[in-house]
Amino acid sequence: MTDDSILPDSARHFLERLRSAQPPATPLPELPVTGPWLTFDNAAERFQAMTEAVGGRCLFVADAAAAEAALEELPAWSRAATRCSLVANIGSSTFDPAAVDDPHELQHTDFAVLPGEFGVAENGAVWVTDEQVPHRALFFLPQHIALVIPAEQIVHNLHEAYDRLRPQDHRFGAFISGPSKTADIEQSLVIGAHGARSLTVLAVQNRF
Amino acid sequence: MDHSVLARRFVSDRDRAAWHDRALWFVREKRDRQADDIPEWERLRETASAIKQHTMSRLADYLEAFARHAQARGVQVHWARDAAAHNRIVHTILKRHDVRRIVKSKSMLTEECGLNPYLEERGIVVTDTDLGERIVQLRQEAPSHIVLPAIHIRKEEVGDLFHRHLGTEAGESDPARLTEAARRHLRQEFLSADAGITGVNFAVAETGGFVVCTNEGNADLGTSLPNLHIACMGMEKLVPRTQDLAVFLRLLARSATGQPITTYSTHFHGPRPGAELHVVIVDNGRSRILQSESFRRSLNCIRCGACMNTCPVFRRSGGHSYESTVPGPIGSILAPARSPHRHHSLPFACSLCGSCTDICPVKIDLHHELYTMRSVLDQQGALSRRKKLAMTITSHILQRPWLYRTAGRLLRLGLRRLPRFLLYTPLNAWGRQREMPPGPRRAFRDLYRRQPKDR
Ligand code: SF4
Repeated sequence: MTDDSILPDSARHFLERLRSAQPPATPLPELPVTGPWLTFDNAAERFQAMTEAVGGRCLFVADAAAAEAALEELPAWSRAATRCSLVANIGSSTFDPAAVDDPHELQHTDFAVLPGEFGVAENGAVWVTDEQVPHRALFFLPQHIALVIPAEQIVHNLHEAYDRLRPQDHRFGAFISGPSKTADIEQSLVIGAHGARSLTVLAVQNRF
Repeated sequence: MDHSVLARRFVSDRDRAAWHDRALWFVREKRDRQADDIPEWERLRETASAIKQHTMSRLADYLEAFARHAQARGVQVHWARDAAAHNRIVHTILKRHDVRRIVKSKSMLTEECGLNPYLEERGIVVTDTDLGERIVQLRQEAPSHIVLPAIHIRKEEVGDLFHRHLGTEAGESDPARLTEAARRHLRQEFLSADAGITGVNFAVAETGGFVVCTNEGNADLGTSLPNLHIACMGMEKLVPRTQDLAVFLRLLARSATGQPITTYSTHFHGPRPGAELHVVIVDNGRSRILQSESFRRSLNCIRCGACMNTCPVFRRSGGHSYESTVPGPIGSILAPARSPHRHHSLPFACSLCGSCTDICPVKIDLHHELYTMRSVLDQQGALSRRKKLAMTITSHILQRPWLYRTAGRLLRLGLRRLPRFLLYTPLNAWGRQREMPPGPRRAFRDLYRRQPKDR
């Protein structure tokens, strides 16, 4: 099974040692997508509650104009001197992140509005990728971020999430659940460890 | 040093020990609330356990598949038989890129391999970026817990430390302000680093990708700025399918800190455009554990730390008393499995209460393995002379009913009649922090005999 042209000697020795140590085979369990797993009467409601439980905010809005208005109401957005949006028709940019070569230059970004693909009701996570985002640092470096998802794109749990996404299609993909946080000093929760100090999810009902 | 000796030091600071106990129990309770929220929790645990066991039974094939897929995505895969090889590989990559400063997110594997001192000796500045790890790094200590590295430190001590190193105001002990100071300090480190090193929580055989979980976002900042990312992974971190991630991500954060999921669960499939991504796969004694029928299930561990939070011994003795990168119940199996003579006292730092086994998200039979490890260590001649002597005497008595009865009679009498100075000697470890119970007049055996037979 070993193909010498790809695997170096170190790998072959490593794997040989393992093969001689391996225990008897046991079966791999089937993983159904639905059936045994937790679902909710109202996935949107649970998603909103969980986003708030993990320190974020979640706003359901009717359309792009309403999302824009909701954004304007956020003090972090209206105060942001340096900001950008990678979502059409929601938020305005003071610079174009696609024109930035070196992600280090993004360090002064106060607010970024970024696309999310869908939300997960059980844990308030949003799936994001680098598809329309030129630098993945945009998810982590700005002081505040907002993720925009289509309101109808909320799955119940992670099993459904992995059923619909193909993480291998993107070099970078992540579940983001709430703002950056830590409890490393005496177990007291502090929001805003290294990444975003606030995270707002805008769930938009009529995208276009 | 024996666990009991180090534990004595920890408990001699009563307030700290009591606080430590309560803080970890608080985390354990948060975990319970999350587990109760998921009706299929037990099914999830069983599935996770079965997936891991299956993976271990075909680990070589899966690792090979992982490596091929990763390489096809432009990832450079390296194989390290032991800690020395791991450190050498990492250093060679860093040297090729002329790296001076690196930022590192939490990785118990790099702790296990002693990567930081190795690189520092070679002139590379390593900054641990997880807040808890940064705190212990500035104190020049090891983490005391795999998920909560600074759980043994009080906020006033962090205040003093930051005052000295980061210039915060003297006497500042507010966690929010201290965290803010660390945020500023570490941002500069992220921005000036030439490379980022991360661990790996889960690697997927069928795609060649891997997942790193953090709450702070430090692994993400450390890999989205510099053009070099090295991910160090123990060979047991593999799962076969993408779908399996659902099972493990649902279990991990709930078990670890009582959160529904970590803030960031990042999936890496190939390097950033223009950047390099390396994965170092490490054995370092794991294949030996895999061979052992009694202990191989300990390789299923996903490092959630739940067994530490629930363990009555860990909570009251602190992680440093284990002198092992991974402390607590799971560490008390992994460490002596690797170095029996150095870590022989650990499996005895356990009351066999089984709380760890009940809570472990991948259903490792922790307390059974701890029990087995005791006799394995005995067979290997790794026990201390005192322990060995005590065990020989006890076994001699237990094998002879008449001797057992006589010893019992003497003890009961002694407990009632002997003066305190004879009862509470340094030899009687049980009388050290507690009052001995009054000796009962009759043995259980006698009471039982006198029970009316017909019932
Ligand atoms: S042994 Fe189980 S409970 Fe302990 S850290 Fe590993 S996975 Fe968690």
